[in-house]
Amino acid sequence: MGMTMSEKILAAHAGLESVKSGRLISAKVDLALANDITGPVAIKEFGKSGTKTVADASKIALVMDHFAPNKDIKSAQQCKTCRDFAAEQGIENFFDVGAMGIEHALLPERGLVGAGDLVIGADSHTCTYGALGAFSTGVGSTDLAAAMISGECWFKVPAAIKIVLHGKPTRYVTGKDVILHIIGLIGVDGALYKSMEFVGDGVKNLGIDDRFTICNMAIEAGAKNGIFPVDETALQYMKGRFVREPRIYAADDDAEYEKVIDIDLSSLKPTVSFPHLPENVRTCNEWGDIKIDQVIIGSCTNGRISDMRAAAEILKGRKVAENVRCIIIPATNRVYLQMIREGIAETFIEAGAVVSTPTCGPCLGGHMGILAENERAVSTTNRNFVGRMGHSSSEIYLASPYIAAASAIAGKLASPEDILK
Amino acid sequence: MKISGNVFKYGDNVDTDVIIPARYLNTVSEKELASHCMEDIDANFVKEVKPGDIIVAGENFGCGSSREHAPLAIKASGVSLVIAESFARIFYRNSINIGLSILECPAAAKAVKAGDKLICDLDSGVICDVSTGEKFQSEPFPPFISEIIADGGLIPHLSKKGEL
Repeated sequence: MGMTMSEKILAAHAGLESVKSGRLISAKVDLALANDITGPVAIKEFGKSGTKTVADASKIALVMDHFAPNKDIKSAQQCKTCRDFAAEQGIENFFDVGAMGIEHALLPERGLVGAGDLVIGADSHTCTYGALGAFSTGVGSTDLAAAMISGECWFKVPAAIKIVLHGKPTRYVTGKDVILHIIGLIGVDGALYKSMEFVGDGVKNLGIDDRFTICNMAIEAGAKNGIFPVDETALQYMKGRFVREPRIYAADDDAEYEKVIDIDLSSLKPTVSFPHLPENVRTCNEWGDIKIDQVIIGSCTNGRISDMRAAAEILKGRKVAENVRCIIIPATNRVYLQMIREGIAETFIEAGAVVSTPTCGPCLGGHMGILAENERAVSTTNRNFVGRMGHSSSEIYLASPYIAAASAIAGKLASPEDILK
Repeated sequence: MKISGNVFKYGDNVDTDVIIPARYLNTVSEKELASHCMEDIDANFVKEVKPGDIIVAGENFGCGSSREHAPLAIKASGVSLVIAESFARIFYRNSINIGLSILECPAAAKAVKAGDKLICDLDSGVICDVSTGEKFQSEPFPPFISEIIADGGLIPHLSKKGEL
């Protein structure tokens, strides 16, 4: 029996000829990531172990992004804990304000993750790097501490779901609409413990940023990882930035999948996830009249340059509705700079939006856009759980940058076509 | 090991954001985290939970973020065991790693009611609802996982075994 793409990457890192789903392995990781929330817990566990030095400082990255720039004294202390640890251990991939960006946009941009890698991160959205053909997955802080100590992590090889993408998405349908549609189809535990392997002739019609968005939200279906084949689009992205040589793995023709799901990209409509679970999806014809108070465009899901361009396309020459706060958060400083160069930042500010420094900020209810009682936000982030962005009675509608920008103008949930009419 | 306590009952897809909201993740103090445990879906939990109590929930318990603060907050609140129909992947792993006992048992998770008293034998996997007299069989952990939990988590376990 052949292997899936994920199985091949895991086997290679475990020093094995082949692995099969269900097998427990210990494998070497190419990069272990933590942030200013999960890092301090990992550092505390590292301290408990009595170990003095990390196994390989070059294989650790610490990104100060969740509550940075620091929102209060306690978060400042947490960043300081990470900063001091990085200095003490000689961790060069320590990204602080000025160099930092949201981890899952930053690490691919800096070329620290890429095809064939095995990456673990103490952040559930670590699964993002599957867009480049890496096996990457979220773990807790203790697993991360163990990897800092040993350079390895144990895994149960996951079973896989094959998602075959066909055709080409229509004008305002993005990677976000694709993944929300899939989560709506299989549910928030529809891929629990499993790999989601994306294949098919439709892959070539998705840009790399769309693929990042899709893999990013694989966890929202419970998946261990999401992964795309390495094609010209992925290689082009990694060219000149990936610090290692891409190692290209492809699934065998006789690889075993638990389930095969066919998606016709051309049939998808702009899709929004209603409160309070990502699986509560509705397409643009089913939204009704949902008045909103805030729009967030950013996050590790949708804070990349193509997301900013999409939002700018809609906001250009238009105004954010009265009583709506539109907060735009480029995911990294490079994205921010590119926005300035292309005149996108100006477009946003002229439209009445505010442009923030890179941060995870409001996505997890940290800072920079917290919701009051009964308020509603349309957000390009990844979770709409109870209380995620603020008060426990507030509501989050997850959507693409096109829909978020259109909603900011309309003052209610709206698709680009509603605005452009 | 035997565990005995009263039940706090919750539904499906209890996510880590309601177990411990991110606004409190600016600390690694387990006591402080515990003081906000479950507050967005059950404001009374913190007031009413007693050492040894048991959380019983539906499918996909602990879905969402990878924050280890979630099982840490539950454990520090005094809860001795979480029983669910199923667990989200990262939460499951984190619970073992920090030494929080968990059991997957759909039958018990469906039948047991809030306030029931349970006696659970972690070695045999038998869950007994003292309030109704019903018994349920769950799959117990293999000894090496039970040892990690008994030692208080992965790092203390490895230290004890001299593997660090």
